[in-house]
Amino acid sequence: MVILLWELVTRYSGWSSQVFPSPSAVFSSMLELITNGELLKHTVASLFRVTAGFYLAVVLGIPLGIILGRVKIAKLLFNPLVQFLRPISPLAWIPLAMLWFGIGDVPAIFLIFLSSFFPLVVSTSVAVESIKPTYFQVASNFNFSRMEVLTKIIIPAITPNVIIALRLTITIAWLVVVAAEMIAVQSGLGYMILDSRNALRMDYVMVGMIVIGIIGLLLDMVMQALGNIESTAWGRLAK
Amino acid sequence: MSYIKIEAITKSYHDRRSAPRKNSDKSNEIRVLDNINLEFKEGEMVCILGPSGCGKSTLLRMIAGFDSPTSGQVTIHDKAVTGPSDNNIFVFQHSGLLPWMTVWDNVILGVRHLPEEEKNERAQEYIDIVDLSGFEHHYPHQLSGGMLRRAELARAVAVQPEMLIMDEPFSGLDFLTHMKIREELVNMHEFLGQSMLIVTHDIDDALIMGDRIIVLSSRPSQVKLERTLSFDRPRDLSKIPELSELRDELYFMLGVSYAV
Repeated sequence: MVILLWELVTRYSGWSSQVFPSPSAVFSSMLELITNGELLKHTVASLFRVTAGFYLAVVLGIPLGIILGRVKIAKLLFNPLVQFLRPISPLAWIPLAMLWFGIGDVPAIFLIFLSSFFPLVVSTSVAVESIKPTYFQVASNFNFSRMEVLTKIIIPAITPNVIIALRLTITIAWLVVVAAEMIAVQSGLGYMILDSRNALRMDYVMVGMIVIGIIGLLLDMVMQALGNIESTAWGRLAK
Repeated sequence: MSYIKIEAITKSYHDRRSAPRKNSDKSNEIRVLDNINLEFKEGEMVCILGPSGCGKSTLLRMIAGFDSPTSGQVTIHDKAVTGPSDNNIFVFQHSGLLPWMTVWDNVILGVRHLPEEEKNERAQEYIDIVDLSGFEHHYPHQLSGGMLRRAELARAVAVQPEMLIMDEPFSGLDFLTHMKIREELVNMHEFLGQSMLIVTHDIDDALIMGDRIIVLSSRPSQVKLERTLSFDRPRDLSKIPELSELRDELYFMLGVSYAV
């Protein structure tokens, strides 16, 4: 329906196809970009950066979140810093990122990392703090070691909330990668859009937008599938 | 003989809601327990009654080691209680099962250090005792209230603890399930012989189950009545005159004139 409307508007609105390309034009451009490998190359570049940055954020952010949620002193020391850095848009870091890491993958990955790191730290620590005290009492009643408290209580207890946080942050990371690529690098879907704009190829710009949308949708679906694992089902039902 | 001794226990909390007043540091303290002295024998089933908010649960939590008294001490086998131990398993009022584990994994928790074969045998044995065979691989959220309670009981007794500490084990159950679980507890006590400490607000529960009944007064609570019931179980309250008399007395004591 939407595509049909789009086609009609482009045909009868009188706008030149340079400014508002029709879906058929976009579709043929997409085929062209797929066959010459450009689209795949840029998509892989973007996905690589998101994966690397997001992975770093998960690996560092979740443990830090658990520590902030469990250790009072750590929270007193680090929470103000986290709360201060959190509202700064990752895009505001672009100048510094380029100065520190030059041009290439590293500054882009750094920006994606920043965009996902703080939300993950905050939501993990909130999830840890909201674990029912009963579970810790059960743990001490059954003489759990510290390691067991971590693996049998804390990690499973926060999993449902952390999965929700992952779902939200991967979307943010995907938003940021496009912006980061417009500045710091020579590849990726963000770069492709910027480059096509400079070449006045609005059809390529639209192809880029469509692919970004589709991949965002797929990432969200993957994260949603994570939430359907049986041992986390209690999180959806118990609340 | 008595292996748990509760000696001159007092517990006060700070009341965070009332603003602290000048010139008195005790004004915003709430005294919950006031000089409680009790002794429990091995294998005894003790029921603790009392008005709501009187500190029954607090007392249980201190015996379990989750909480410590403001003054006085709890000793078990002449050793002061300093923290929880798997000799005394606590059964929580609102389920203490871990919701991310199946019934089986929950029951395994207390016996996880045993050799594989023995562990499995033990878990299966107690799951069978509480009649949950076939539900081993269900998650807690897939069970009814009564089954949850049974699963938690299985987990507790699988440890073969000296004592079970139960905070209102029948709360939130429908009438029939309540009766069934009560019967099971009595059977379990007869069969396994561990000590049981049960907080309840149901006078009939206490009369039917208890080797001894302890009534606490309202805050700051003291022991108001202690009575040994040496009647065989199962007990039929209407056929044992002493028990129906005691029942009337208890209703009166807890502030209800039992005339219905």
